[in-house]
Amino acid sequence: MARGGSGGSGHKGDERTKNEEEDDEEDEENGGRDLEAWERAYADERSWEDLQEDESGLLRPIDTKTIAHAQYRRRLLQRSVHGTSRIQKGLIRYLYVVIDLSRAASETDYHPSRMSVVAKCAGTFIREFFDQNPLSHVGLVTIKDGVSQCLTELGGCPDSQIKALMGKLECSGDASLQNALDLVHGYLSQVPSYGHREVLILYSALNTCDPGDIMETIKHCKKAKIRCSIVGLSAEIYICKHLCEETGGLYSVALDEPHFKELLLEYAPPPPAIAEYAIANLIKMGFPQRGAEGALSICSCHREAKIGGGYTCPRCKARVCELPLECRICGLTLVSSPHLARSYHHLFPVTPFNDVSHTLPIRLQQKFPQNCFGCQQSLISHGSKSNPHVSCPKCSQHFCLDCDIYIHESLHNCPGCESQRQQGT
Amino acid sequence: MASAPSKLYSDDVSLVVVLLDANPFFWAAGAGGGNHPAATLPFSKFLDHVIPFLNSLLLMNQLNQVVLIATGINTCGYIYDSGNGGPEGSDNVSEISSEILLRLEEFVCKDRKIGKGTERAMGGSVSSLLSGSLSLALCYVQKVFRSGAIHPQPRILCLQASPDGPEQYVAVMNAIFSAQRSMVPIDSCVVGVQHSAFLQQASYITGGIYLKPPQLDGLFQYLAAVFATDLQSRNFLQLPKPAGVDFRASCFCHKKTIDMGYVCSVCLSIFCQHQRKCSTCGSEFNQAPREPNSASDTIRKA
Repeated sequence: MARGGSGGSGHKGDERTKNEEEDDEEDEENGGRDLEAWERAYADERSWEDLQEDESGLLRPIDTKTIAHAQYRRRLLQRSVHGTSRIQKGLIRYLYVVIDLSRAASETDYHPSRMSVVAKCAGTFIREFFDQNPLSHVGLVTIKDGVSQCLTELGGCPDSQIKALMGKLECSGDASLQNALDLVHGYLSQVPSYGHREVLILYSALNTCDPGDIMETIKHCKKAKIRCSIVGLSAEIYICKHLCEETGGLYSVALDEPHFKELLLEYAPPPPAIAEYAIANLIKMGFPQRGAEGALSICSCHREAKIGGGYTCPRCKARVCELPLECRICGLTLVSSPHLARSYHHLFPVTPFNDVSHTLPIRLQQKFPQNCFGCQQSLISHGSKSNPHVSCPKCSQHFCLDCDIYIHESLHNCPGCESQRQQGT
Repeated sequence: MASAPSKLYSDDVSLVVVLLDANPFFWAAGAGGGNHPAATLPFSKFLDHVIPFLNSLLLMNQLNQVVLIATGINTCGYIYDSGNGGPEGSDNVSEISSEILLRLEEFVCKDRKIGKGTERAMGGSVSSLLSGSLSLALCYVQKVFRSGAIHPQPRILCLQASPDGPEQYVAVMNAIFSAQRSMVPIDSCVVGVQHSAFLQQASYITGGIYLKPPQLDGLFQYLAAVFATDLQSRNFLQLPKPAGVDFRASCFCHKKTIDMGYVCSVCLSIFCQHQRKCSTCGSEFNQAPREPNSASDTIRKA
């Protein structure tokens, strides 16, 4: 803890150090933090920031529901900015997440430190990533002391990656963007040509200390068709912006912890595919059957005898414990049909619903249905005035705002369209 | 000052959303007698088993809630919600039964009216709109989750009679994954002719129970013994285990189940043989099929 004493201040300095000692003792009793007790109560929640004033200076009541819905609409419309035509998406992704563990990551502007917030959000992101892209692979790379190291190889299992990350949280030294890019470039060049190569850098530092010319490295990455995206935690840096623009990625800077998580989770759904980047290919895959209960065999992942359960590789008949997996013996990619089905909603998204204007005259509003089609919640309040809600352009059913968010973010089926017999499919 | 009324939900309070299959083609097929399940169990007798089951769910715990959604062939809709009763609860059993029967009749008439004109086009085995009622059930469950920190534990029970409709595959899988994320088990009781692969996968993935009762005369017994159990009690009970769930895919070209095939890297369509062009997305594949041993340039786990 830095002492205020700058040497020759004489008596005043001595008094100050004495007071500081007392304060230090108090702080140490209270957990060794730099904040006073009353400050700590406000450190986490700054409830006054949520208040808004209208034109005459009176406080406006906070309507969190419409705010949340407006945010969600903005995100949805940003995503479908190219219209409702079906955009090709990169479904088989090989992603490296680069985590900055330089000196800047120990800053405490994110509670308790940037590094732990980044690690926690990275864990959530990895789980969400595998949920949305079951056939993809993720690897972790760290930048520390000006050198970058591969923490985990490209793999399909989230638990081992998160465990490895949580075990290595120490930060020191400088950050070097070029070293990280060189390392990732080396690994991603070995990836099959049908896979989309991506890098996501979580950058806390304000500079980069590179051994050579980073522009050359950027050119190499561009030539190798690696799409680099960066989420910054401090401020916008020109070299990061240049890197993302050159390689076709996205650059964003987080304002606070919830914003950082939101930005990070936007990289979980597959991005629009740049056509030349991945060659279309037919990948040979196996669909193993689940073994009978009570069958005894030696599994190839743990190398020990196991009874029952497990899956049998159709090509080499080795037993594997879980899917999706690459068979260790013959190299065949093993998946089950639900894994492929998890990605189908990216190919057939639900059309965005239209706002139903609640400023129409009451006479017209009376023709609207009274309840949300999905959850039967009442759409009417204050007599006969209807709440803001949405309707599907295809089946014309009305839904409440919460169902709208749920349908588009999680369910990916419109209940109204599914409750109609599709003619001529 | 009297304390605010707090609903103390213990672990065994459940919300059961029952999806009732009202496919007229299935239920009418038993009219000629024979081996068809609907001959042993016509629709009226089926309801004689289901409605007492719903009442017994409500009897097991005062705070239990039951919602009934009907699955038709042209539409799906809410039939009954036990939470809509008055504060003292319209606990009169005969009132509940008559309300359900009345609304079901209205539903079947509406279903028929919507489908007028297209009936002749349908062949023998018509599937009901399972994906529609699953989506409705999940929206309702989300509403319950939003209602506060204390709420009953929801689950979905699917009483399925119709065969699986392959055109609903993507929608049903979307619903299953959403249920898995929200941790809502999907139980299935199949009273139809064949096993339902969709519901087997649904129950396996979400952690529910799948059962095809061998004797339909005793349907109430199966329902009460297996499907009336709440989620907490299932840890202590010996319930039917899935015999064998088939997760193999079927190829898009011949619709036969394969255990090794080729997957298009762009749209994930499955083919049984190597092709020059993907029939779904039109991507051309330039490379000839590689030998199995040339997998050395892909990354293998150590």
